Amino acid sequence: MSVGDYIRGSQIWKSIFRHPAPYDRRNRVVVMLTNFFLHLHPVSVKQQGIALSYTWCMGGITFFLFLVETITGVLLMFYYRPTLEWAYQDILALRDVTTLGIMREIHRWGAHAMVITVWLHMYRVFLTGSYKPPREFNWVVGVLLLVLTLLLSFTGYLLPWDQLAIWAITVGSNMARATPVLGHEGPGFQLLNLGGYDLITSGSDARFLLLGSRFVGEETLNRFYILHCVAIPLAAAGLIAIHFWRIRKDGGISQPL
Amino acid sequence: MQVDPFIDPHPNLTPAVLQGLGWLYLVLCAMNLWWTIRVYREDKHVMVPVLNIELPRATFWALYTSALMIVGFMHVSWTNEDYIDRFPLVLEPGGPFQTAIDFVVANPVTYFMISISGTIAVLWFRKFLVQPTVGWILLNAAVLFQALSMTDYDFRQIVGKPDNVPIVALLYLVGGFTWLYFYKAVENDRRLAEWDGEGPIPVLENDENEKVLVWPDLVYSELICMIAITTLLIVWGIVLEAPLEEPASSAKTPNPSKAPWYFLGLQEMLVYYDPWLAGVVFPTMILGGLMAIPYIDFNRIGNGYYVFRQRAFSIITFLVGFITLWVAMIVLGTFLRGPNWNIFGIYEYWDVHKLEALNNVMLSELFYLDWFGQFFDMPSYGNDDPMGKKVSMILLRELPGFAVIGIYFVALPPLLAITCLRTFYQRMGYLRFMVFTQLLLWMAALPLKMVLRWALNLKYLVNIPEYFFNI
Ligand code: HEM
Repeated sequence: MSVGDYIRGSQIWKSIFRHPAPYDRRNRVVVMLTNFFLHLHPVSVKQQGIALSYTWCMGGITFFLFLVETITGVLLMFYYRPTLEWAYQDILALRDVTTLGIMREIHRWGAHAMVITVWLHMYRVFLTGSYKPPREFNWVVGVLLLVLTLLLSFTGYLLPWDQLAIWAITVGSNMARATPVLGHEGPGFQLLNLGGYDLITSGSDARFLLLGSRFVGEETLNRFYILHCVAIPLAAAGLIAIHFWRIRKDGGISQPL
Repeated sequence: MQVDPFIDPHPNLTPAVLQGLGWLYLVLCAMNLWWTIRVYREDKHVMVPVLNIELPRATFWALYTSALMIVGFMHVSWTNEDYIDRFPLVLEPGGPFQTAIDFVVANPVTYFMISISGTIAVLWFRKFLVQPTVGWILLNAAVLFQALSMTDYDFRQIVGKPDNVPIVALLYLVGGFTWLYFYKAVENDRRLAEWDGEGPIPVLENDENEKVLVWPDLVYSELICMIAITTLLIVWGIVLEAPLEEPASSAKTPNPSKAPWYFLGLQEMLVYYDPWLAGVVFPTMILGGLMAIPYIDFNRIGNGYYVFRQRAFSIITFLVGFITLWVAMIVLGTFLRGPNWNIFGIYEYWDVHKLEALNNVMLSELFYLDWFGQFFDMPSYGNDDPMGKKVSMILLRELPGFAVIGIYFVALPPLLAITCLRTFYQRMGYLRFMVFTQLLLWMAALPLKMVLRWALNLKYLVNIPEYFFNI
C-alpha cells in the first residue's frame, strides 16, 4: 500500500474529501459538486469555453491577481501604518529590513498587471461579441468591476506617501475641483447658493469629499487607506461573485450557435 | 576617444547595458530557433533570384538565428568599460534614424496621424498581416527596434522606469492579441462567405467543441496558469524594485506631474479640453458608453466567435476607441510628455527649458476679429453693467461657439438618420439611435478638437471664464 493510498484511506482525509480521488468519471463529476471551491465551475463545459485561444484566460488571471493582491495586501497591512509620521518610514523598512519586503514588489506589479489583464479581458469579451444577449447585464457588471479595479489601483498609489504618490493623486484628484455644479472651479458652481453665499467652496466641494481636506494630506491618506483596504475590495468581491454567478446563469461562456 | 563613465553622466553604453541586451538577443535567438525548426518542418522552398538556386525557406531563418546568437554573445561577453564607444552595431546617437523617429513622434499631429493610419492600415491589410510569417517578422522587428533603442541613454531613462515597464508589456500584449483576433476573424470571414446556411455555423470555434469534464481539463490548466503567474510576479519582483522616491512634500512640485499611467489618456485630454470636460464629463461618457454597448449593439449575430465582416462597424469603432484613443494616448502621455507637458522624442533629453510657442485663440476672437471683423464688433461689457447686460453680452460673444456645438450635437444626429446612417436608424428606432449618435459624437469630439487646435490654433469654442465654462 503506497503512502498516497494510506493518506487517502485515513479518517482525516475522508472527513475532508468525502469521495474517492477523481480518477474515474463518476468521481470527477462528484468532486466538482462537493468541493466548495470547485462548485464555482460547472461539471462539464464545451471545449471552446476553456480554450486558451478563445478566452485568453484573461478573466481568470484577473481574478487570480485579485486574490494575490488580497493576500500580499494583508501581509503589507501588518507592517504599514497610514499616518504622516509612519507611512513613508514603513515602506522604507519594507524595502530595507523587512524579510518579506518583496511583498511590496509583488503587490505593486500585481496591481499593474491586473489593470492590464482587465482591459484585455474586456477586449476579448468585446471581440467575441460576448456582451450580446443574454449577457448584456454581465457586461455592465464587468464595467463596474473595471472602475473598481482602477480605483483600487489609484487609492493604493497614495499609500507609500512619497513624491510620486502625492503628486499623482494631486493631479488625478484636481479634476474633481472642476466637477460641474459640485466643484468649486466647475461651471455652474454658483448655482448652489443660499442668500448670496456659495455653498460650494474649496472646503465643501467634490474634491473635498474625496480628499477629506483642501489638499492631499493626512485626512486623504486615511480616507484612501480605508477605501483601498476595506471598502473597494469588499465591493469588488461582491461584484465578482455576481459576475461569476451570472456567467453560469447566462449559460456559461459564450458559444457559436 | 575613451569615455569614462564617471565623467559622462549620460553614458549611452555601459557593460551592464550591453550584457542586459545580450540576454535579450539570446532570448530572441532561442525564439527564432523554435521558429526555424517550425519552418523547416513545413518544408517549403524558395527560388533565390540571381543565383537561380532553390533553397529551403528555413535557411534564411537559420542564418538570421545564427546572427542573433553571435550578436547576443558579443554583447554578453563585453565587460570592458574603456573603449566602450568602439562597440559596433549601435544606433548612432543623433544619427539619421534617431532624428527621423523623433521627428515623427515628437509632434502631436504626426503622432496622431500615425496612430490612426496605423489602425486603418491594420484593418485594410488584415489578410496580409495575419499570415504567421508576417506576424513573426513584425514581432522580431518590434523587439529589435526596442533592443537597438535601449542603447540610447534617454530612451532607457523613460522606458526603463519601473512603473513604465507594464506599459511596454501592454504594447506587446495588445499587439499580440489583436493579431490573434484578426488571425481567427479572417479565417471565419472566409468560411462564412462560403457557407450555404445549412447546419451549424462553420466557424473555427465549432471545429472541435465537444463537452469535456471540468476536472481535469479546466482545473489543471487553471493550476498551471496560477503557477505561471505567481512565478512571473516573483521574478518581476526580484528583478525590478518598486519605486520609492523622496518623502512627500507639498512644497516641491515635480515637473512633469503625472497621474498614474492608466489615467494618462485622460490627462492627455487636458491639453485639448478643460478639466471639467476631460476629467469629469468625458470619463463619465466613456463608462456610460461602455455600459451602453450591449443595448446599442443589440444584434444577436456574431456572438461566441471571432469575426470581422459581420460586425465591421462595431469592431472598427471599438478598435479606434481602444487603440487610437486610449492605448496610444497613454503611450503619448507616458513616454513622450516631459517637463511643462511639452512633447519630447523618445531619444530626446528632457530639457526643462524647452520652449513651445503657445498662441492659442478663441473662436469668438476668430469670428469677431479675424473672419467677420468688418461686419461686427466684439460684444463687450463693463464691470458696472447690470447682470442682464453682462449675461446677454457674454451669450452674444459666444454665439458662434454655441452655434457650432448646437449643430454638432442637436442637428447632426437627425441629419445622420436620414443620410449615411439611415439603415442604422431604421433598425434601432428613435431612442437607441439618439443615444448611439450622442456617444459616437462624444467619442469623435476629442480628435475633432485636436484637429481644430492644430489647424486654427483654437483654444476654446466657447470661452466663458466668468463662469468656468470653457469648451
Ligand atoms: C475584476 C475584474 C473582472 C474579473 C475578475 C472577471 C472575471 C471573469 C471570468 C473569470 C470570466 C470567465 C471567462 C473568461 O475568463 O474570459 C469572465 C467572463 C465575462 N466577463 Fe469578466 N471579469 C472582470 C471584468 C470584466 C469586465 C471589465 C468586463 C466587460 C466590460 C467583463 C465582462 C465579462 C463578460 C460579458 C463575460 C462572459 C464572457 C463569455 O461568456 O464569453 N468582465 N469574467
